[in-house]
Amino acid sequence: MIPAGFEYHRPTDVASAIEILKTHGDEARVVAGGHSLIPMMKLRMADLAHLIDLQDIEGLKGIEIGAETVSIGAMVTQHELITHAGLSEALPIIREAALQIADPQVRYLGTVGGNVANGDPGNDMPGLMQCLDATYVIEGAEGSRTVSARDFYQSAYFTAREDDEILTRIEIPRLPAGTGYAYEKQKRKIGDYATAACGALVTMQGGTCTAASVAMTNLSDTPVWSEEAGAALVGTSCGPDAVAAAVAASLAAINPTQDNRGPVEFKRHVAGVIIRRAIEGAVARA
Amino acid sequence: MKDAVDTPETRSAGLKGMGCARKRVEDVRFTQGKGNYVDDIQLDGMLFGDFVRSPYAHARVISINAEAALALPGVVAVLTAADLAPLGLHWMPTLAGDKQMVLADGKVLFQGQEVAYVIAEDRYIAADAVELVEVEYEELPVVVDPFKALEPDAPILREDIAGNMEGAHGPRRHDNHIFTWEQGDKDATEAVLAEADVVAEEMIYYHRTHPCPLETCGCVASMDKVTGKLTLWGTFQAPHAVRTVAALISGIAEHNIRVISPDIGGGFGNKVGVYPGYVCSIVGSIVTGKPVKWIEDRMENLMSTAFARDYWMRGKIAATKEGKITGLWCHTTADHGGFDACADPTKFPAGFMNICTGSYDIPVAYLAVDGVYTNKAPGGVAYRCSFRVTEAAYFIERMIEVLAIKLNMDAAELRRINFIRADQFPYQSALGWEYDSGDYHTAWDKALKAVDYAGLRAEQAQRIEDFKAGKTRKLMGIGLTHFTEIVGAGPVKNCDILGLGMFDSCEIRIHPTGSAIARLGTISQGQGHATTFAQIIASEIGIPADDITLEEGDTDTAPYGLGTYGSRSTPVAGAATAMAARKIRAKAQMIAAYLLEVHDDDVEFDIDRFVVKGAPERFKTMKEIAFAAYNQAIPGLEPGLEAVSYYDPPNMTYPFGAYICVADVDVDTGEVGIRSFYALDDCGTRINPMIIEGQVHGGLTEALAIALGQEIAYDDMGNVKTGTLMDFFLPTAWETPNYTTDHTVTPSPHHPIGAKGVGESPNVGGVPAFSNAVHDAFRPFGLTQSHMPHDHWRVWQTANKLGLHG
Repeated sequence: MIPAGFEYHRPTDVASAIEILKTHGDEARVVAGGHSLIPMMKLRMADLAHLIDLQDIEGLKGIEIGAETVSIGAMVTQHELITHAGLSEALPIIREAALQIADPQVRYLGTVGGNVANGDPGNDMPGLMQCLDATYVIEGAEGSRTVSARDFYQSAYFTAREDDEILTRIEIPRLPAGTGYAYEKQKRKIGDYATAACGALVTMQGGTCTAASVAMTNLSDTPVWSEEAGAALVGTSCGPDAVAAAVAASLAAINPTQDNRGPVEFKRHVAGVIIRRAIEGAVARA
Repeated sequence: MKDAVDTPETRSAGLKGMGCARKRVEDVRFTQGKGNYVDDIQLDGMLFGDFVRSPYAHARVISINAEAALALPGVVAVLTAADLAPLGLHWMPTLAGDKQMVLADGKVLFQGQEVAYVIAEDRYIAADAVELVEVEYEELPVVVDPFKALEPDAPILREDIAGNMEGAHGPRRHDNHIFTWEQGDKDATEAVLAEADVVAEEMIYYHRTHPCPLETCGCVASMDKVTGKLTLWGTFQAPHAVRTVAALISGIAEHNIRVISPDIGGGFGNKVGVYPGYVCSIVGSIVTGKPVKWIEDRMENLMSTAFARDYWMRGKIAATKEGKITGLWCHTTADHGGFDACADPTKFPAGFMNICTGSYDIPVAYLAVDGVYTNKAPGGVAYRCSFRVTEAAYFIERMIEVLAIKLNMDAAELRRINFIRADQFPYQSALGWEYDSGDYHTAWDKALKAVDYAGLRAEQAQRIEDFKAGKTRKLMGIGLTHFTEIVGAGPVKNCDILGLGMFDSCEIRIHPTGSAIARLGTISQGQGHATTFAQIIASEIGIPADDITLEEGDTDTAPYGLGTYGSRSTPVAGAATAMAARKIRAKAQMIAAYLLEVHDDDVEFDIDRFVVKGAPERFKTMKEIAFAAYNQAIPGLEPGLEAVSYYDPPNMTYPFGAYICVADVDVDTGEVGIRSFYALDDCGTRINPMIIEGQVHGGLTEALAIALGQEIAYDDMGNVKTGTLMDFFLPTAWETPNYTTDHTVTPSPHHPIGAKGVGESPNVGGVPAFSNAVHDAFRPFGLTQSHMPHDHWRVWQTANKLGLHG
C-alpha cells in the first residue's frame, strides 16, 4: 500500500495548475481531498508522475449564497457543506446528503469538487447535483466553460472534463418556495458506497406538484437523473399512484450490476424502496 | 507507619484489589499516542522487507527473475525459496503438525501466498522493487469448495505429501484430506437417533472470517554477528513459544534468542501463529548483518495471515416429543486452506469442538471432523474464542433452535428443560469434558426476567399480525443463546502446542520499600493485564495495585509461559499470579511473626498487614515486612521477598452466559437493526468489573460484525473478494448498538481465586444470539436455517425465498 514515486506540485492559482497539467499531459492529475485518488495510487492502479495538490488555491474555496444561484467552490469540503448555515437554509438537501457520506474524518478532507469531478458512480454528489440541476464551471488553458451536471457524466470515471481542465465551481439554482427535499441512502456500513441512493425535490403549490426532480446514485455506471420520474409527479397531488409511477420510471432508468453488496434483483428491489422513501420524504416536506 | 485510624474498609479500598473498577493503567499512554508498537521501533541501519505475493490461488511457479529489482538503487537482496533451501528454511513447521512454505517452492496454493522477499533500505524502495520482480506462473485448477476437494478426481493441492496417507493426526483418505478427528460414541449415538421420537437435522455453516486487529502483524529481526544474539521484536501473542520455535527451526541456541512483544494493537488470535514474514526477516538480518523490519499492510493481513472459522457442521439432534434431548451427532467439514496452520493444542486438531454439547445434559453424542485442504489462505485460528469454541457454540445454539422449530416449542423453554442442573457439577459431558461448575437455570431465569421475555413474545406476535395486515414491513426477532465455553488451556497432561506444555507463570519481586514488580509469561494485546494482575496481587498480599509494575513479553526477563489466547491469561497466568503471591505471603508471615516476637501461627493476614491473633493493635504492615525482608537479619530466612510460580491448571474453566438480542428486520432492504442486547456473563470471580464490561462490549461488537457481514469470501478462481475494509465489515461506533450487561458469579472450584476468564465469552455467545435473532424473525414464515453472514442481500434473499415480497 505504498504508491510509486511522484512529483508533488502545490500551485496557488488555477492558471498555474492548468499550466502544470498541460506540461505533463496524462502523467499529471490534480488531487483535492484525495479519498479516491490516493488509495488508487497506493494500490498502484493509478500511476502518475505528477500530483497537483489544489488545496492552496484560494479561488477554489468558498460558498456564495446569491439571490438566484448558490455557488460552491470545488475545494469546499463536505464538512463545510454540513456546517455552512446559509447553505443549509438555501439548499438543505446538500447537508442531508453530505451527512450520509462516509464519516466525519473523511468529510473534513473530502471535497465537493473532487466528489463530482472524479466520475465515480458510487459518489453521492453527482446524483445530487443532477437532481439540483447544477452547472459545473470548468477551466482550461483556453478559458472557462460550463457543463450541466446532467450532461457531464459519460460512463464510470469518464466525464465531459478534458484531462487538462479543472472543475472549479458548482453553480446551483435556488429552489422555489414550497419545495420539499430528501436524500435517502442505503449502505452496508459507514464508509461504504450506496447499495442504492436517491435524491428527490418536489415543489407543491396549492396541493399540486409544479416541479419535481429525481436522481439516483450507484445504480448505473453514471448517476441517473430521471426526467420521466419528475414528469410522473408534476401536475398530480403526489398521491400513491403518482409516486408509484415515478418510482417505476426511475427503476426503468437504472442499470445496476452485481457486486459484494448483492445481486441485481436485490439492488433493484432496494432501489425501489429507497426511491419511494426519497420521493415520499420530499412530498412530506413540500 | 501506624495508621490505626484507618478502617478496614478504607485500607481495603486503598489497595484497588479484586472487585475494584480500577481504571486501566495502560490507557494513559495509549490515549496519548505514547504506545510503543513494533512499527515504532527504529534501529540504526534498519532495512525493510516486503513480499512479492501470488496473484493466483493455484499455480506453478515457472521462474522468478529478480534482476530488475536488484538493479534498483537501495535494494539489498531478493530472497526466494532457492535461497532459503540450503538453510532448510524454505518450509517451516506449522502449529498443527503440518509444514508450510515460507516462500513458494515450485507452486502457490492461495492468492496472496509469499513468493519472494525483497529487502531494501526503506519501505518505499522495497515496495517499488516488489513491482519489478518478474514471476512466471502456470495456472492450475482451483479448488475453493472443501466438499469438491474430496471428490476422487479433484486436483491434488499438496504435491509435497501426495500419496503419503499418514498425516499428523492419523490416516488420510484423500490427497486433499488432512485428518479425521472423532469423539464420543458413534454407535450409541446412531442407535439413539434411529429410535428417537424426533430427530432434527440441519447443515450449519460458520463462514470464513478474519480477526482483523487494528495493528497488522509485523516484526523487527536484529542479528548481532559479534555476540551471536538474535533479538526479535514482533506482534506475538506467545513470545516464549516463538523463541523456542525459532530456536528449533533456525538452529540458533535458545539462550541466544531474545523475543520481545512490545505493545500490541489487538490480536484476537491473528498473532498466535508463525508467519513467513518472521522467518524471512530473521534470515534477512542474518544475511545482511542489519536489522530488518517487516510490517503487513491491511490487504496482506486479510489475505494471508490467519483466517478464522470456515466450518461446515452437519448436525442431528434427537429428542423425546416432550423436548428432552437424547442424543447429538455432528459431522464437520473443516476448510483449512492450503496448509494446516491451525493453532490448536496438539491432541486437538479440531480444537475444543467437542464442547458442542453446550450447556445441555445430552446423554450420548458423537463428533467427527474432517480437515480439508483448499486453495485458500492457511490459519484456522481462534478469533476471540478458545479453540473452535465459537463454532461449537454456534452449532449447538442453532441446533437447539432447529429442534424447537421441529417440536413447535418455545426455544427458551426447550433450553431450560435440557440444561445441566447445578447439582450435576462437576459434570462429565458425553464428548469427554468435565465441566467444573455452573448454575445455568439461575442465569437463564434472571435473563428472561430482565428482558421481560413473555412481553417480548407478545409484542412479536402483534408484529406478525401487523405485518400480515400490511401495516409494517419490519419483522421482530428474539435471539436466544445460552453458551458454555471451555477456556484456560490447559492441563499439561493433555494440552501442548508443538510439545510445549500449556502451563503459565508469574514472578513477583517485592521491593524494600514495599512496592513491587511482577512479570508473567502472557502478553496483553489490549486485555489490560497491567491493571488486573496487579489487582490480584494487591488483594493477595496487601500492596496497593498502584504500587505494582507489571511486565510481560520480554523473554529475557519474563518467566516462560505459553502466551495470551483462548482466554487463558486469567485462568492460567492469573492462577500463577495468585500462587506466587501466596508464596510471598507465607514468607511475609514468618517475617511478621519474628518482628512481632510471636510464633508464625499466632499472626494472621488482614488486608495489608499481619496482626497478632486476638491483639489487633499489634501488627506489621506489608511495607514494614518488605523493608525487614531485605534489611534485617532474620534467623532461618534468606534475605529478599520474591517468588515465582509455574501453574499447571488441573482443569479448564467453563465460563457461561445467557444472551438475548432483539432485532428488527426490514424484509425489503434486508437491514437488521439491533434494538437491544442483554448479556449476562458468569466468569466466576470478577477481578475488575469495568474491564469485564469493556471486554463484553468489544466481544459483542466483533460478534455483531461476524453475524451481520464480516467474511473472507472467495470467488471460484480463489480471488479474495473482501480484501479491504471497504468490503470487510469492521464495525464503527455508528454500527454498534447499546448493550446491557449483567452477571451471576459461580466461582471455579479449582482456580485459586475462582476466576474463569471473560474476554472471549461475548464473541462465543454473541454470534449465535445475533444470528438467532435474524432466524427467529423469519421463523413464523417457515425459515429453519439460513447461513451467516446476515448481510442485507442475504437477509433480503431469505425474505424473497419465503415469498415475503408479494
